[in-house]
Amino acid sequence: MTKKLVCLALACLMALVSVSALAANYVNVFNWEDYISEEAIQLFEEEYKDLDLHVNYMNFTTNEDMMVQVRTSPGAFDVVVPSEYCVERMIKEGLIQELNYDLLPNAKKYTLPELLDPSYDPANAHSIPYMWGTLGILYNTELVDDEIDSWKWMFDEKYAGSVFMLDSIRDSMGMALKYLGYSMNTKDPKELTAAANLLIDQKARGIVKAYQVDETKDKMVNGEAALALVWSGDAEYAQELNDKLAYVIPQEGSNIWVDCFVIPSTARNVEYAHLFIDFMSRPEIAVLNVQEIGYSCPNQGAIELMGEEYTSNTTMNPPEEKVALCEYFNDIDEGSMKIYNALWGKVKNAK
Amino acid sequence: MTSFQAPAWSVPVLIAAFVIFIGLVIFYVIKSRGIRRPLFAMPYTAWVALFTVIPCLLIAYYAFTDAAGRFTLDNFKSFWDSDYEMNRELIEMGMDPAELGFGRGTVNVDTLVYSLWMALLCTVICLALGYPAAYIMADREFRLGATIVVLFIIPMWMNFLLRTIAWMSLLEDNGLINNFLASIGLPRLRLMYNSGAVLMGMIYNYLPFMVFPIYNVLNKMDLKYSEAAMDLGASPIKTFLKVTLPLSLPGVVSGITMVFMPSVTTFFIPRVLGGGNTEMFGDLIERTFLTANNWNVGSALSLIMMVLILLSLGLLRKVDPEGEGEGML
Amino acid sequence: MKKFLQRFYIILILLFLYVPILVLIVQSFNAGKSRAKWEGLSFVWYEELFKSSAIMDALKVTVTIALLAAVISTVLGTLAAIGIYAMKKRPQALMMTLTNIPMTMPDIVTGISLMLLYLFFRVDRGYWTMLLAHITFDIPYVILSVMPKLKQMNKFSYEAALDLGCTPGQALRKVILPAVKPGVVTGAMLAFTLSLDDFTISYFTTSPLVQNLSTLIYSQARKGIKPTLNALSALMFITLLVLLLIVNRRTADNHPVKS
Repeated sequence: MTKKLVCLALACLMALVSVSALAANYVNVFNWEDYISEEAIQLFEEEYKDLDLHVNYMNFTTNEDMMVQVRTSPGAFDVVVPSEYCVERMIKEGLIQELNYDLLPNAKKYTLPELLDPSYDPANAHSIPYMWGTLGILYNTELVDDEIDSWKWMFDEKYAGSVFMLDSIRDSMGMALKYLGYSMNTKDPKELTAAANLLIDQKARGIVKAYQVDETKDKMVNGEAALALVWSGDAEYAQELNDKLAYVIPQEGSNIWVDCFVIPSTARNVEYAHLFIDFMSRPEIAVLNVQEIGYSCPNQGAIELMGEEYTSNTTMNPPEEKVALCEYFNDIDEGSMKIYNALWGKVKNAK
Repeated sequence: MTSFQAPAWSVPVLIAAFVIFIGLVIFYVIKSRGIRRPLFAMPYTAWVALFTVIPCLLIAYYAFTDAAGRFTLDNFKSFWDSDYEMNRELIEMGMDPAELGFGRGTVNVDTLVYSLWMALLCTVICLALGYPAAYIMADREFRLGATIVVLFIIPMWMNFLLRTIAWMSLLEDNGLINNFLASIGLPRLRLMYNSGAVLMGMIYNYLPFMVFPIYNVLNKMDLKYSEAAMDLGASPIKTFLKVTLPLSLPGVVSGITMVFMPSVTTFFIPRVLGGGNTEMFGDLIERTFLTANNWNVGSALSLIMMVLILLSLGLLRKVDPEGEGEGML
Repeated sequence: MKKFLQRFYIILILLFLYVPILVLIVQSFNAGKSRAKWEGLSFVWYEELFKSSAIMDALKVTVTIALLAAVISTVLGTLAAIGIYAMKKRPQALMMTLTNIPMTMPDIVTGISLMLLYLFFRVDRGYWTMLLAHITFDIPYVILSVMPKLKQMNKFSYEAALDLGCTPGQALRKVILPAVKPGVVTGAMLAFTLSLDDFTISYFTTSPLVQNLSTLIYSQARKGIKPTLNALSALMFITLLVLLLIVNRRTADNHPVKS
């Protein structure tokens, strides 16, 4: 028995040798699950074959998980893809470095002008958009006979027990704030309290079926609920699998979000990180990613390449007047975040 | 929130501690003239010091300091009053929390009570389901006991997350059970998104931990006691109540320990099967650490949890002073 | 009648334990991606499984860590049990309390406290830190399964062997180990099982660069797990079933696997 155990241990150690550590020729990309085209990665590795460059693709599930990892694993990541409000926070915390646009000839050239020079990162000094989208309502036309054009339907008793909310503070609170006519970025405790009370009331009246994040789209495809608060990318995914689903940005306005490429200040392979970002900004590569993911495309060159197929899709390419109603999330300071968190705790545990 | 890192002096201190440790070991070897058995525990002692004691001290450090590293008891106030930090913030902004309708926030305490209640229910049901199973498996006439034990282990080797998600496929409104009900003309039932589903998921995960220790104790039990009782005219029920049950108590205590402790801090199950509608203490700790990024309050909550668990362990010891977890495995 | 009722009850309980696993396995043969709709029999997910380097890497990490953690914790834990058993009452009680802490501490607290430890000493988290964490939560289970066997053997045999001229190593190998062997095997099995199934502690003690199956599944869980993971589970299930039944047959005579 002991001999066998020793053999086993040796076998393990041999196997370990092949578990590779960080090497110089890696680009360590930290991104959302399934948020890139495999083909694009392969093309990148082929393009830079002479550098023997490889991509280490790592996933996170929420911005908050990502922030914890970036804070606590310095040097582990070369390229990260946070959402815009986290970009702002990461700049404040000194977690990311300025981009060198001399190394990024494609990046700014092709980015839609309305997404450039955003409030969360003036002059795009630290970040460049990768994907963008909106927050809205995904509904099942077989279960819904009203014209869904307002957030009010998310609070309507007609759909009690058939509404999915997002298990995400900013999005769920933001939606309630918008419905009440406030800004999604308000720090006014009175407005925040009103929004939280609205959500607590929504839950108390049995309207909410579940608070979840990524399970929603598969469940909507299965007809598990009538209405759901979703990001446009998830809506596009669900609509492809079930043509009874429709997506709308309500008339009160909503959130527009941008996921951006950034380079952590502790990145070990800064030059390769730039190569990676620039490669992904090439129109023909951006097309691959957009088609794989189904989110809105910030790359003008790619939009031209896709033509009608993209411009006629109102989920991916929402009408301009709807986008004009949307606002970015700004980073909320730590003090106000304590208010957000306490209120969210009340919502999550309301009976 | 920046993490607390080892100050420069800690390296020499650690090295010194290690040298002293080795010195003590050598001293002991010389004094007792040879390698006596307690020395075998030395590598483990060092391991425990590094991987159990220091982490606990770190949790305690965070629990008793604020974000700037100053000593404070506020984190414990935050446990009792989940709105404590918010209200302080509001006052700083020049507002009166009472005007907005805030007093003492009960979210954290309520969550703890709810978790304890769920864990208690889970333990009681596991005991009710598990004791008969263990009793049957240990029955000398049943013969298949050892094989059934293996059949109980195998599900535990399948990934916990996958098992829980498989339950979701079964319980959804359009899930397998409801589709089956609908196909035979019965109405669909709301099986998921409630506490009942969470409780079922917990029982599913922890039931084997109740069965094993009881089975082991019953299996090793000397039959002559119950036979003697029968010979002396006791009815089977009386024999069970007066002889078998008391003798199997150590196994029951171990089972209760192994089910109750982990089920208080269950997380993931409430999110998947309960639809995230009610948090348990494990979810709360996770949310505090990760989403709210508040390591200080998170640590205080963890510390409270640990103390509670050690206390209940002490209580169980009172019931089973000889146990030391002997029947546990 | 009694026999029938016994069987019926046990079968009901086993059904409860196995229904979700059957669901997992059936889903792995579904041609479609959906969890609820059957779209025909197919092996496409099995093909994908062997093509997916992420899953294969995670499997490698999971299995090597489970094996290494089981071996190391069994060695350390067995020695520790022997040592602690021979200690005087006070130090013994202290050591047993410290041993109980990781067992009774909720996983999430263990995981976070170990993460704090690594951050404290500025250790980059990854494969080795996860291994150390797994050893830490495995050892107590080894100690607790060896301890009862020590209690059953003669208290003085080790010292007697020394007095008769054995070296400590010989006394350990020839006198103590044979007596506690069943406990050691149980402890190793238990350590392996726990390490294989652990999610929470792994989640906090590794970086996203090194994932085991549980953390990989978690990163997909919120999106809806791909049936490739079900395919992997089905394969693991069959392998484990066969392995365990063989082991059980070999040890069934003197010692049930988990006692």
